[in-house]
Amino acid sequence: MNRKTNKISKLILQYLVIFIIGIVLLFPIIYMFFASFKTNEELFGSVSLLPASFHLQYYVDGWKGHGSMTYTKFFINTFILAAPTTVLTVASCALVAFGFARFKFPGKRILFMVLIATLMLPNSVIVIPRYVLYNNFGWINSYMPFYVPALLACYPFFIFMLIQFLRSIPRDLDESAYIDGCGTFRTFIQILLPLMKSALFSAGLFQFLWTYNDYFNSLVFINSVSKYPISLALRMSMDSDSVIIWGKMMAMAFVAVAPVIIIFFLAQKHFVEGIATSGLKG
Amino acid sequence: MANKVKSHYYKKRDFQAYFYLLPWLLGFSILQLYPFISSFYYSFTDYKIASQANWVGLQNYIKLFSQDTEFWNSVKVTLLYTIYTVPGKLIMALGVAVFLNRDIKGINLIRTLYYIPSLFGGSVAVAILWKLMFMDNGVINAILGLVNLPAVQWLGNTKTALPTICALEIWQFGSSMVMFLAALKNVPRDLYEAAAIDGAGKISSFFRITIPQITPIIFFNMIMQTIQALQNFTSAFVITDGGPLKSTNVLGIKLYKEGFSYFKMGYASSISWVVFVMILIVTIVLFCSSSAWVYYEDGGEM
Repeated sequence: MNRKTNKISKLILQYLVIFIIGIVLLFPIIYMFFASFKTNEELFGSVSLLPASFHLQYYVDGWKGHGSMTYTKFFINTFILAAPTTVLTVASCALVAFGFARFKFPGKRILFMVLIATLMLPNSVIVIPRYVLYNNFGWINSYMPFYVPALLACYPFFIFMLIQFLRSIPRDLDESAYIDGCGTFRTFIQILLPLMKSALFSAGLFQFLWTYNDYFNSLVFINSVSKYPISLALRMSMDSDSVIIWGKMMAMAFVAVAPVIIIFFLAQKHFVEGIATSGLKG
Repeated sequence: MANKVKSHYYKKRDFQAYFYLLPWLLGFSILQLYPFISSFYYSFTDYKIASQANWVGLQNYIKLFSQDTEFWNSVKVTLLYTIYTVPGKLIMALGVAVFLNRDIKGINLIRTLYYIPSLFGGSVAVAILWKLMFMDNGVINAILGLVNLPAVQWLGNTKTALPTICALEIWQFGSSMVMFLAALKNVPRDLYEAAAIDGAGKISSFFRITIPQITPIIFFNMIMQTIQALQNFTSAFVITDGGPLKSTNVLGIKLYKEGFSYFKMGYASSISWVVFVMILIVTIVLFCSSSAWVYYEDGGEM
C-alpha cells in the first residue's frame, strides 16, 4: 500500500516537473499571442496575462506595413525567396549525394574530405567576397544570392545527410536496375528517389525553415523595401514608428511565426526523425 | 600491371559520378573556395566596394589588434556568449532528455512541445519578443514583482544584457534534446542491468555508462553549436544593437557594420579571419581532445 502511494506521488511529481518546464518553454509564445491584443498601457501596467478584450485592430493596422507595401507583399516575397531556394537545394544536394554514395571514382576520398571540411566553413568568412561577386554580377537586391548557392549545392549539411540516408538503401536495388539495362540517371530517378522521399522531405523542411527565419543574408543582399522578406519587414516596422505600438509589433511577429508552428505540427514526424537520424539542428 | 589493376577497379559507369558532382564542384569552387581565398587576400588590402584593392600588408590586423578600441571587447563578448550558451544549451538539453528518457505516457507530445522554441532559430520575430519581455517594465520584471523579487534592468545594464541574449539561445535547446533522446534510447539496457548487479547506483551508472555512450552526440553538438555561437548576429543586433556601452557587440555585429555599413571590405575581411581562426582553434582543440573522451563503438570508422 505504502509502496503504491509512493509510486503515485512520484508519478505526480514527474508530470509536475514536465508541466513546469513546458510552461517556461512555451510562455514566450503564449505571451506573444496575448500581447498582440494589448495596448502599451496594458502591456506595461498590468500583470494579467489575458488582454482586456480580443480584437483584430493591431492585426489590421500592422498588416498595412509601410507605405504602399503591405504584409501581403512581404509574405509573397518570402515565398518567392524561400520556395525556389528549398526546391533547388533538395534537388542539387540529392544529385550530389547520389554521386558520392553510389560510385567509386578517382579522387573520391579527397572530395569527401573536402565536403566534410566545408561543414565547418563559417558563413562570415565567405560573405564579403560573395557580396563582391554578386555585386559584379548585378545580383544585389535580387533573390539570386539565395537561388544560386542552392542550385550549386552549397549546403554540405544536406548532402551529408542524404549520403547517410542513401547508404542505408541496399545497393542490390540499383545493381539489378543496371543489369536490366537502366542507365545511372534513370536508376536514380526511378529507383532511389522514391525511396529517399522522407529524407528529401526532412531536408526540404529544414531548408525552408532556415531560409524563412534567416535575417543576416537578407539584410546584406536585399536593400529595397519592395523586395523585403518578412524578417526585414519586421525590423523595419519596429524602427519606423517613433513610438512603438508593441501590440501591433507582436501581432505581426505572431503572424510571422504562425506559419512555422503550423508547418511544424503538420510535419512534426519528419522534424523529429530528421534530427534524430541525421543530427540536424533546428 | 598497376594500371591494369586500376582500370579493373573503376567501372566505366563510375566515371559518371563527376556528372552528378558537377553542381557541387562548381558551387564549392566558385562560392566557397574562391571566397575563402579572396577574403584572406582582401584582409591584406584596403578594399572598399567602389575602389581598387591596394595591398597594405598587415595594416588591417595591426589596426585591429592595437588601435581599434572596439575589437578586443568584441572578442571578449563573443567568447563569453559562446561560453554561456554552448554548455548552457547542452546541459539543459541533456538534463531534460535524461529526465524524459523513461516510460512516460504522452512522451511524443511532450517532445513536440519542448521542441517548439527551436523552430525559431535566428528569427527576428522572437528577438523582438525578447526585447519586449525583458524591458524594464516588461513582463519578466512583473513576474519577479509577483514573487517579491526586485526588478532587474535586463537590457539596460552592461552586466545583464549579454546573459539576457544568451537566454534566448539556451531557450532553444529542444533540437539538441531530441538528438540526446534518440541517443539515450540506443544505450544498451544490459549495460545498466550488469552495473546494477555489480552494485552501481543511479548516479554512478549515469556518469560511467550513459555519458560515455552518448559522447559522440555530445561531441557533434559541441562542435556545431560552437561554430554557430561564434558567429552570432541576429539576436544581439535586433535586441540591443550591440549596446549598452558595446556590452553585446559580438564580432558578428562588428563585421556587419565595418563591411556592410561602412563598406570597408578589406578591414571587415580581417575581422572575418579572426572569427575563422577562433573557430579553427576551438575545433582543433575539440577534435584533439576527442580521442580522450569520445567513445566510438566501431573504433571511429566513418
